[in-house]
Amino acid sequence: MSDLCGIPLAHPVVNASGTFDAIAARRAFGDALFEAFPFAAYVSKTVTLQPRQGNPPPRLWELPAGMINSIGLPNKGLAGYLAEDLPLLAELPVPLIVNVMGSSREDVGRLVAAFAERDEVAALELNVSCPNVRTGLVMGADPRELGALLDHVRPLTDKPLIAKLTPNATAPADVAAAAEAHGADAVSLVNTLRGMAFHPDRPGEPWLGAGTGGVSGPAIRAIAVAQVRDVRRRTGLPIVGMGGVQSGRHALDLRRAGADIVAVGTESFRNPLAGSAVAAELAALEQGSPANPRVPEGRSGTPMFVR
Amino acid sequence: MTRTLAPLGRRHVDVRGHSRFGAYTVLSVVDGDGPAPDPGQFYMLAAAERWGGGEDERPFLPRAFSVLRAHGDGTLDFLLEDVGPGTRRLCELRSGDGLFLLGPLGQGFAPVRPSHPTRRPILVGGGVGIAPLAIWRDTLGAGALVLLGFRDGAHAEGAALIPGARLATDDGSAGHRGLVTDLLAAELGCDARAEVYACGPPPMLEAVRALCAEHGVPAQLALESGMACGYGACFGCVVPSRDGYVRLCVDGPVLDAADLELVA
Repeated sequence: MSDLCGIPLAHPVVNASGTFDAIAARRAFGDALFEAFPFAAYVSKTVTLQPRQGNPPPRLWELPAGMINSIGLPNKGLAGYLAEDLPLLAELPVPLIVNVMGSSREDVGRLVAAFAERDEVAALELNVSCPNVRTGLVMGADPRELGALLDHVRPLTDKPLIAKLTPNATAPADVAAAAEAHGADAVSLVNTLRGMAFHPDRPGEPWLGAGTGGVSGPAIRAIAVAQVRDVRRRTGLPIVGMGGVQSGRHALDLRRAGADIVAVGTESFRNPLAGSAVAAELAALEQGSPANPRVPEGRSGTPMFVR
Repeated sequence: MTRTLAPLGRRHVDVRGHSRFGAYTVLSVVDGDGPAPDPGQFYMLAAAERWGGGEDERPFLPRAFSVLRAHGDGTLDFLLEDVGPGTRRLCELRSGDGLFLLGPLGQGFAPVRPSHPTRRPILVGGGVGIAPLAIWRDTLGAGALVLLGFRDGAHAEGAALIPGARLATDDGSAGHRGLVTDLLAAELGCDARAEVYACGPPPMLEAVRALCAEHGVPAQLALESGMACGYGACFGCVVPSRDGYVRLCVDGPVLDAADLELVA
């Protein structure tokens, strides 16, 4: 068994917010989804106070080892989520973590307070990759912004609060330290890295409807390992590590860097059961002992970065 | 509406064969453990080996394909055209090669509505978009009129996949010189007691939608959009509908034309 802020988990692999829609997946796969749910906890897509349509298409661009998305957080808004999505998600066989985002401390506070009363919700993840409309600063990119946000929302709930850090910050470890100092129960990282691509046929015109988007997938794995290690050196909080995880070996790398829990994101797009596969491979590598993992020997000779 | 559910998780299947129809490749795979798909449903495909390392070091994501035909022994046929690193790699696959397959996915064509018993089905396809019309024609039977459009003679060889189809080509190398929607306009002009099922490039679908709206003819359109996952996870494949954005992978790929203001 694993554990995240006192929430017992069957294994240490969860989904990254916004990369698995359990309600849509049930439409595609039926009840089989519940019998073999690929994650030890389900992190929902971001919920905002008001409904959002999301960004105009095109929303995706494929990269050599990953993709850029500019989805724009489409969701039914708090009222719609509570009425339509939460009852369905409450049927999941795993704990539910709800990801919330607001463009002011007060908005985030309303969301946190609304979910604080819901027994179906095990924990809240704060998407702080959004600018504060008053200060113009991205809440998760600035230690003082995040500290002020947590000061506002921490008293509103006893549920664990997980701060989802953005990698688009000068020093994510400073932000993580602020999260700990101001009452967060855990941090999760990395969110996507900002990127863009040009239209193949229209010179200089962005491909994505929103202009820029977030880079995810194996392309950002090495960045995630470094940032998780940086954050681990600055905080004792539990860390949910993510970024380009495709295998148990990748999950193990994040665990060695300091993550307690590992999230699978983009790889689920390629394989809906990627979470289960990563968990099984990680368990085989760790043999029940995270401190003394049994890692397969290399093929031969001295490890090289090229072979 | 009911749909055939996909088994959870991608399956490793074997390629059974590969055949050429002019500019197109038909890839046949053995999906013995999967359910029979509904006409209009699709699968996500990725080569089991060397998926990546093509143009721009892609592909990375699987590719979505409507099923062309499903045979009784579990063989599935897909219609491919080499237009990028993903389709190129899939076109290279030969008998015995491995393929990852997820599906059947999405909402396919709905059966002819009982409320319109006298309407004759007209199937309108353009280019590689003829794929779902083959399996739908197999279901509807010979009473369905099939109109297919292609850009040139090499592409028009794909018409051999749907017996009895009437043709249009942009360059006049086969059938009517002009657009397949010219053929549809003529048909609807003679007799508008029809129900139209269409799949093809967006300008063709928009012309079909507008023609059907003009004649009061119900139409179902199979749309295409780039998608990462095929099962509702990525929210990348949205198209605008009268109710806002809908995900083609779970709300489509077949949509009722009346729900669309415009196909763009």
